[in-house]
Amino acid sequence: MENSLKLIAGSMVTLSFATCALVALPFLQLKDVPAPEALKPYSPGQARGRNAYIANGCIACHTQQPSTTGAGIADAQRGWGRASVAADYHYDSPPLLGTMRTGPDLFNIGERQPSEDWHLGHLYQPRLYVPGSVMPGFPYLFEIKNKAETTKGDRVVSLPEGAIPDGKVVVAGEEALNLVAYLTGMKHNYPVLTPEEAKLAALRKARVPTND
Amino acid sequence: MNPTSLLLATFILSIAGLFVFIWSLRKGLFDVETSGSKVIFTPDDIGHYHDPAADPHEIDTLNIQTGRRNISHSDIANRPHDHSSTLPCFVLFGSAVFWLVFASLAGLVSSYKLHNPDFLTHSLALTFGVMRTIHLNLVAYGWAPLGVLGLAMWMLPRLLRAPLVGGRFAIAGAVIWNIALIAGIAAIANGKNAGMEWLEIPWQVGVLFALGGMMIGLSMVFTLFTHKVHHLYVSVWYIGAALFWFPVLYIVAKMPGVHFGIEQATTNWWFAHNVLGLFYTPLSIAAVYYFLPKVIGRPVHSYNLSLLGFWTLAFFYGQVGAHHLIGGPVPEWLLTLSIVQSMMMLIPVVAFSLNQHLTLKGHFQALKHSPTLRFIVFGAMMYTLASVQGSFEALRSFNAVTHFTHFTVAHAHLGMYGFVSMVIFGGIYFVLPQILKFSWPYPKLISWHFWLVVAGFSVYMISLMTAGVLQGLALQDASKPFMDSVTVTLPWLKGRSLGGSLMVAGHLVFAFHFASMVVFALSTKPFQKLSLTTEG
Repeated sequence: MENSLKLIAGSMVTLSFATCALVALPFLQLKDVPAPEALKPYSPGQARGRNAYIANGCIACHTQQPSTTGAGIADAQRGWGRASVAADYHYDSPPLLGTMRTGPDLFNIGERQPSEDWHLGHLYQPRLYVPGSVMPGFPYLFEIKNKAETTKGDRVVSLPEGAIPDGKVVVAGEEALNLVAYLTGMKHNYPVLTPEEAKLAALRKARVPTND
Repeated sequence: MNPTSLLLATFILSIAGLFVFIWSLRKGLFDVETSGSKVIFTPDDIGHYHDPAADPHEIDTLNIQTGRRNISHSDIANRPHDHSSTLPCFVLFGSAVFWLVFASLAGLVSSYKLHNPDFLTHSLALTFGVMRTIHLNLVAYGWAPLGVLGLAMWMLPRLLRAPLVGGRFAIAGAVIWNIALIAGIAAIANGKNAGMEWLEIPWQVGVLFALGGMMIGLSMVFTLFTHKVHHLYVSVWYIGAALFWFPVLYIVAKMPGVHFGIEQATTNWWFAHNVLGLFYTPLSIAAVYYFLPKVIGRPVHSYNLSLLGFWTLAFFYGQVGAHHLIGGPVPEWLLTLSIVQSMMMLIPVVAFSLNQHLTLKGHFQALKHSPTLRFIVFGAMMYTLASVQGSFEALRSFNAVTHFTHFTVAHAHLGMYGFVSMVIFGGIYFVLPQILKFSWPYPKLISWHFWLVVAGFSVYMISLMTAGVLQGLALQDASKPFMDSVTVTLPWLKGRSLGGSLMVAGHLVFAFHFASMVVFALSTKPFQKLSLTTEG
């Protein structure tokens, strides 16, 4: 090969194929997919909790994609919810699909474990709730206070007995509360359309645009 | 026409087009050795072993024993255009080694935390998820790119027989890149994370990467367009293409306000897989194509095989990224496309591996004496393994077990460490003596480095792949509680930490040796005479 222009042009053409396939076509195919009716946008607290989820790198161990293969099939049998579809992530920017299941999938964690107390305590020290867990605690999201010093607005975490010394309490910080609001809101149990149904719905919508 | 047949038709058409294109570029397609492969040699170079990192007496003896010619080393070490790239390369290598130390320490701490979860939990910067992200970013934006770019910058003037253009800009670019990396790591450590894997550094800092990268890259691009050789050597193709691929990948992926929902996920993996496949990999392959023939004094076996390897890599690698989303909420045709192209990747990989093997055939004894060759050949072998493993991991049946497990992390290390990092090590061992005009002060430390990282890496890979398979099998069994998938991995995660410790020890040896060499070289010779200058 002698020509550097031919080299660069050729290599940009191959990259543009890849960009079409993985960026442009999904963009076109998915841009008009509506949000499922039952899916609600995040509350301000949940949105801040989602940011905390990103900031603390939760994605390093947790997926948010009940998948259609392998472990996803087993998870469905465990009762952890249906496989997710693109529309489920309508309000997610970016979606936090994740690649590791060192911890369990969290897409429906709000269904499985709705207790705020459980989540707060578990974030403080996971091994109080799940023996053998390798999840780190997040003590920096909490404050340890003397029982006498707590004020009315403090969210005192109810921990198993003996978890902290007598006379002390663990108070949840703002970020921990937001994170738990986000996690307990993770419920994607509403039915979604199959691709065929979605296609029909889109056709109907296209024919009668004035109805919107 | 249904989507499947449309996809199939497009696929067949583009493959046909690709091969016609390759055919149009061939020159003496059926010759075993074409003249193109000799571009990296001066006539004196061919036919004897040569490694600036090796003990000169050992290489002399080897040349004599094998009946090859033996000529004075200083004659071949000096090339007219080397001086133009000396200082920029030195800056790139110095920063790469600096980041390597921190990157591997962050990796080791993350690994340790996974089986000791109560270790260092009192701040966000030290929590597992953040520490692991810092490790990844220090490797992905520190050690690896600066290392491979340093090698590319050193090779280009030699390959093109032209001085590097704008070396000062490249140095300024490297400084900006380093500042960006510090800012990016500080952002992640303070919870400012963009949320996409491999793209965690916020786009505001990404602008600096784009600027610094452009200054480094443009200096090489301008050099490429002023070349004086009649023929562009295979390494130049890989370097030239990678220099254009990376900016497109990074800028498109980081573009704020364009991407949405699941499309962001496909873009994410388009980027994250291509930064490996279209940036680190081609630059490392370029280094293998240069250093391996160079050390053994023998042109690449089949030059046309390398042409096939290049264009098939360029075509197939770009489209494999979605295999990270198998079973996920993305269009099914996209997954099928990526799985097919993952398997097609066997073509460039076999082409490359076969070529290197045939080139090295009959010269294996040189591995004993040449440190450069040892690292480079190890790296090339790991490239083959990593690629074949990657192709099979993309198959749905295999993926069902390994997806979402530690196996994926092991695979990433097979590529980024076994291949890319080992090639950078080998390249630096060859190049630094020529940059500093000084020999490695403690040759024994090179052996220590090699055996520590090879032993550590073997333990690392075996442990983590086992952990991944056990974890995957436990995850697939709905009758088992989830915690079983954690418990089975624990002994192997400890094994991984052990392997990682050996690797870190090897890096400390390497960094110490690198630093000593710099100190010795600068203290024994006046600074100016080291030709640490961009003039000329």
